[in-house]
Amino acid sequence: MTARRLPRGGEIDRTRPLRFTFDGQAVSGFHGDTLASALLASGQPVLGRSFKYRRPRGLFGAGVEEPNIYADVTGDGQFRPNQRVTTEPAIEGLDLRAVNASPTARNDRTGFIDLCARFIPSGFYYKTFMWPDWHLFEPRIRAMAGLGRVETGQTGPSGDQINHFCDVVVVGAGPVGIAAALALARRGDEVMLVDEGSRIGGSLLYRDARIDGVPGADWLPAASAELAALGVRVLTRTTAFGIYDHGLIALNQRREAGRPDTLWRVRPDRIVLAAGAIERPLPFAQNDLPGILSAQAGLAYLRRFAVLPGARLVIATNNSTGAEVAGAMAAAGASVTLIDRRPQATGPDTVDLRAGRSLRRAFGRGQVTGVELDDGTRLDCDGVLVSGGFTASIHLFAQARGKLAWDDRRLTFLPGAEVPGLTVIGAAAGHFTLADGLAALPAALGLSSAPVAESAPYDITPAWPEPGRKDRVWVDYQHDVTAKDVELAARENFVSVEHLKRYTTLGMATDQGKTSNLNGLALMGQITGRTIPEVGTTTYRPPFTPVPYASFAGPRGASRMNPVRRLALETQHRAAGAVLAEYGGWLRPVHYGRDETAILTEARMARQAVGLFDASPLGKIEVIGPDAAEFLDFIYYNTMSTVKSGHCRYGFILSESGVVFDDGVLVRLDVDRFVVSCSSSHTAGVHALLEEWRQDRFPRKAIFIHNATAETATITVSGPRARDTIVAAGIAADLSDAAFPHMTSRWLAAEALRLTRVSFTGDRSYEISVRQDRAAALWDRLAEAAARHGGGPAGIEAIMILRAEKGFIVIGKDSDGMTRPMDLGVSGPLRTKKAEFIGRRSLFQDEAQRPDRNQLVGLLPADGQGLLPVGGHGLDLSGPVPRSIGYITSSSPGAAVDHPVALGLIERGASRHGEEIVIQHLGQRRRARICAPCFLDPKGDRLNA
Amino acid sequence: MQIFSCPFCGPRPEYEFHFGGDLGNHRPEGPEVSAEVWAQYLHFRNNPKGASEEIWLHMTCGEIFALQRDTLTMEAAPGQALTAAEGRP
Repeated sequence: MTARRLPRGGEIDRTRPLRFTFDGQAVSGFHGDTLASALLASGQPVLGRSFKYRRPRGLFGAGVEEPNIYADVTGDGQFRPNQRVTTEPAIEGLDLRAVNASPTARNDRTGFIDLCARFIPSGFYYKTFMWPDWHLFEPRIRAMAGLGRVETGQTGPSGDQINHFCDVVVVGAGPVGIAAALALARRGDEVMLVDEGSRIGGSLLYRDARIDGVPGADWLPAASAELAALGVRVLTRTTAFGIYDHGLIALNQRREAGRPDTLWRVRPDRIVLAAGAIERPLPFAQNDLPGILSAQAGLAYLRRFAVLPGARLVIATNNSTGAEVAGAMAAAGASVTLIDRRPQATGPDTVDLRAGRSLRRAFGRGQVTGVELDDGTRLDCDGVLVSGGFTASIHLFAQARGKLAWDDRRLTFLPGAEVPGLTVIGAAAGHFTLADGLAALPAALGLSSAPVAESAPYDITPAWPEPGRKDRVWVDYQHDVTAKDVELAARENFVSVEHLKRYTTLGMATDQGKTSNLNGLALMGQITGRTIPEVGTTTYRPPFTPVPYASFAGPRGASRMNPVRRLALETQHRAAGAVLAEYGGWLRPVHYGRDETAILTEARMARQAVGLFDASPLGKIEVIGPDAAEFLDFIYYNTMSTVKSGHCRYGFILSESGVVFDDGVLVRLDVDRFVVSCSSSHTAGVHALLEEWRQDRFPRKAIFIHNATAETATITVSGPRARDTIVAAGIAADLSDAAFPHMTSRWLAAEALRLTRVSFTGDRSYEISVRQDRAAALWDRLAEAAARHGGGPAGIEAIMILRAEKGFIVIGKDSDGMTRPMDLGVSGPLRTKKAEFIGRRSLFQDEAQRPDRNQLVGLLPADGQGLLPVGGHGLDLSGPVPRSIGYITSSSPGAAVDHPVALGLIERGASRHGEEIVIQHLGQRRRARICAPCFLDPKGDRLNA
Repeated sequence: MQIFSCPFCGPRPEYEFHFGGDLGNHRPEGPEVSAEVWAQYLHFRNNPKGASEEIWLHMTCGEIFALQRDTLTMEAAPGQALTAAEGRP
């Protein structure tokens, strides 16, 4: 191809030359070029390889419709895969790599695949790679499939997301879209005008037009100025890619200079769709050779970028738009043959017109060098511009559930019955001349008048692919689907349009068949004796063009997606040398000191003297009001209304299916004031459960629920020296066991803190809750006092050892989605509780009452080896194959006891204490002895030690 | 993206809401609730095509309310307080 840059003309800035590389070769261009226009001007015809057969390919389009040429682009500080070169601006220093090519588009070592084309039709791999196993072939096929490559590990800057409201969004800033935006803005509407191009104007940027008596090129700047004066928000390089429920329209705005895209979620009262139309290819043999372009794309390259696509051009068309293209190419210096399928066609005097003729085939290796007409005439050429008619861009209309109607005169699907809030205008509504598009505006938008243009009428004759041809006619360029593939699909009865798409991949991939779908449907219709509307279309889904994941994600990455919660005492923990990690959404001290040996040291310290734990994440939900006690009786498995003021009770909350949802201590501060303590990671869930039942079951009762977790810090002081530590810290209270027994709670007004005597370790423990901004001073006092008594801070892993040793469970760890309270050894309330409670009926179901349920047990190593593996399964080896009888849920070294301990859920476990079982984990077998789930102080003497 | 109307806050985008089940799936009570009736309450859901009556939670304010919407046309009526929707005293 001898495409070349003309010495003058176009919208490029010749004073600002630039260079980038394509497959390692330097390409020069000018500011204002797209990557495609600069590549075309370079004269290199082969710019990519086809997806399946690796045939050489060149540009076909000049905009979003481009099926062929995509590149992985490095530069501007980022790597962007699969960029459509027709819509990307040329920028100094970019590095482009053709996709589907190894190593380069020009010298592709997989190009031989095309020689095997007859053996690899559609679906061949479904049939071929069945034996012996698809997985043998999969890695190699996968390596060859796909478009572009993914840069793993790249993290770009996150884009903005903007929610916006306005009266009207006009999609498409061609002449009709601009006219609509102007008219609506003059009327006082707040209007947003969006276009995917780098500037507004649409077809005015390259087609002849006269609007209200002035040339389009003069009308456009005036209109642009008025848009600005009226305050219309004009967004270029912005694609309206989807319409979603309840009138949401989504826009993706490309930014310059490496800035990430911006996602707009706009809810206008009305959407005006002026998205234009896309030109179809013509079906002839070898119609995918480089040098064969869409005629409108050729015109755009000529007029916008001053690139003449060839010196000897063939313009082939089936409609009235070919004449303007032919005339423009001839005027720019090319020798032009216009082949118009319409017998009555006319053309400018400067071109060689062949009316009533069409193309049969193209010739050339690596680029088009000639064509053969249907009458056998051969013509030499170095470029072919084709127009097979126009397909209205009704994608957004169809996404909005609009029904399409086939138009037999204009040969395209058009919007059918109107969708409320959505108006389609211009070429998208089938007005393929400017005059028609503008003339239809007043009726469409309820205007009194609109600009007037003069255009020759649009006329088209069908030129669909035909079945039964021996040579290869491409229907879908991007996914390499030929007419023969469609015929094969029909032979194998994939005649439904959705099956056709999936079997042949027609209309898949990044261009979603923008140029190819209609030709494919028409061919299928001919093969099966159906009309095009009888064949129908596949479902239109967003996005219209690919949208980067970064746009959808927006700034909600990492910690902004799921922010970790920070303790009020984090500074104190860090100062004490804590290693912090996330537990249940909170950043908590794992242990203090450099390595994990500190864990056991801390646990032993807490057993022997005193440990300080930051228990702030523990849920603290206040339930307040005269009806609170009745409410909590319903919430808890246990009876809670009988708890006396100032006292605590441990209990379960079940789900309606009877499964243990959470456990914790309920504190009754006063007659009508309770605090529900719940597991740190369940606080939100428990709060939601309380609110749900309050609103649904107790809507008229006087109950108020307040989640006080975040505003309260809790420090647990645990160990034989816990009481001494609190006294030494100067907290003035009578801590004698008579005045302040286990499971009671006091508000100390002088200290503005709540002291609760509960234990999660088995030792004497006090939980001190205080307003979180006062926690630091309290911690410092306690830490100093603890040190004087041989203790200090202990991390969460130490607590886990202490509680496992005592047999205290963690819900979700030592229980699962099947565990009923009876399985944990708590069956009293089921027998004695009078009041209704959540999940009660479920506990009487056959499943809940089965005798062979998994029950909580303790497990000790019976083979003299170390820790039992968490997740290891108990085995029943009596049958022909081993059978699981439950599994180990927690495993710890002992702190007060001198052996490892474990908890587990084992079938009929409660009646099997003393039995030895086999544990299997990751191919290893161990032996363990079942015992009661408590390894330390079963009588509870240490609570008062 | 749908817009639902919380009786407390007014129209808000759907991602602020959480589905809460079928409206009218009343909890069976009394001394003798059969296993079948209880299972119906626990496990069986309507999943209608077309008009549907549901319970939704507005997560930002905590209001649990009744919502009538159409699963086919995606139309959604303004949310109603549970008590009003079920005619409770």
